[in-house]
Amino acid sequence: MTAQSSSEVATIVRVRVPSPLRSYTGAAEIGVAVPVLAPELPPTVGGVLASVDGAYPGLRFRIVDEQGHVRPHIRLFVGNVATRDLGAPIASGEVLMIVAALSGG
Amino acid sequence: MARSPAAARKAPARQTRLLISTRKGLWTLASDVSRNGWTLAGPQFLGHTVHHALADPRAPRQWLAAARTGHLGPTVFRSQDNGRTWKEAVRPPAFERGSGRVVDHTFWLTPGHADEAGVFYAGTSPQGLFRSTDGGATWEGVDGFNAHAQRKAWCGGDQEGTPDGPKLHSILIDPRDPRHLYIGMSGGGVFESVDGGADWRPLNRGVRADFLPDPAPEFGHDPHCVRFAGGNPDRLYQQNHCGIYRLDRPGDTWQEIGVSMPKSVGSVGFPLAVHPTDADSLWVFPMDGTTVWPRTSPGGRPAVYRSRDAGRSWKRQDVGLPRSQAWWTVKRQAMTTDLRDPTGIYFGTTSGEVWGSRDEGRSFRCIARHLPQIYAVECATA
Repeated sequence: MTAQSSSEVATIVRVRVPSPLRSYTGAAEIGVAVPVLAPELPPTVGGVLASVDGAYPGLRFRIVDEQGHVRPHIRLFVGNVATRDLGAPIASGEVLMIVAALSGG
Repeated sequence: MARSPAAARKAPARQTRLLISTRKGLWTLASDVSRNGWTLAGPQFLGHTVHHALADPRAPRQWLAAARTGHLGPTVFRSQDNGRTWKEAVRPPAFERGSGRVVDHTFWLTPGHADEAGVFYAGTSPQGLFRSTDGGATWEGVDGFNAHAQRKAWCGGDQEGTPDGPKLHSILIDPRDPRHLYIGMSGGGVFESVDGGADWRPLNRGVRADFLPDPAPEFGHDPHCVRFAGGNPDRLYQQNHCGIYRLDRPGDTWQEIGVSMPKSVGSVGFPLAVHPTDADSLWVFPMDGTTVWPRTSPGGRPAVYRSRDAGRSWKRQDVGLPRSQAWWTVKRQAMTTDLRDPTGIYFGTTSGEVWGSRDEGRSFRCIARHLPQIYAVECATA
């Protein structure tokens, strides 16, 4: 896909949402449109979460703190690979999975 | 929260409603006219830790709740219809990006001055002060505190302090002047601002800090709960880690008033509640602060202690409470009074019970049980 402008080209990324966050999305899996700036610049985890927050305001802050770090006990997977790097790329067709630990009493 | 004399007992109340914040959600208790029968409703936010929820005395249908969900980040919810429906804050309290600090939870909420509709303050863990001017939808840090050159010296590191994280609490707004503020911090002490939060100064003279190398430092104390005296914002009461205190302004030296508590009970506790109009009248709920700090009712025999003479003497009030083997206690936000005459006093326990008295503590009865651990009890008088 070739970018025509930052606002005109987007790719759809699927995101799997854990139950504690479904009060925002109403669904276990959502698709979000993520702007594609250039073919050599694939979407990133951070970009996907920004798009998620645009569609479901407030969700991002529940899993990423104000310093831009993934909160403790939250895990992110791109495909089967765990990452805490919001700059990690998401290749076309890959799924971002959010896992919220359910520990404690 | 401070109530001005004019606000107190303005009209006969028909119903008393309590907002019960717990480790697992929010409940409400509504009374009949006599405050004899109580109806429990809830839960709302089931599974969320609700540290504090209250009704806005300037607009009683407006409620605010500070919540945190498991390992998810903290947020604030607001309702315009007595808690029937809620909206999440668009921008919850959060530190400046680049500061390196992260709000773990919003611990304390205080409505702003009566003339500043929509203004709220929030205290967080670790210690941060935030302000909203739009009814809790968006929150900004009070830079005069959060970015104060001495803040780290006052508060210590964000990893220090109480087991559940260091906290900023007891945000008091002078009913005569919205720019005159007090805050309490565990740890840090009591601080005062006379310019709307632009600058702050410690206000701890006379308060012991036995746990520090210097037992009388300028700051570093551990106030647990600070309240204005009912009807007199020139008087403050403080339940501290190291006793109970009174401060009469413009003086700046606290008087220790817990010394006349029974030695077998001590003067350690967390909550403190005041009579709405009698500035000499207050209640505390002592706990066992000996050895390793069991944080239980002393001897397993819970009791409220009341003073009617500004702390010169205390009377045990335990009629109706368990006589033995009751090892719960009451957290700092979990005891409050209503505006009725005689004043009702209510507290929620760490074992999930709510106890109430409609005769100023002469007798108590359990008005709800089997709830999760109770973090806060606030009164909304309709």
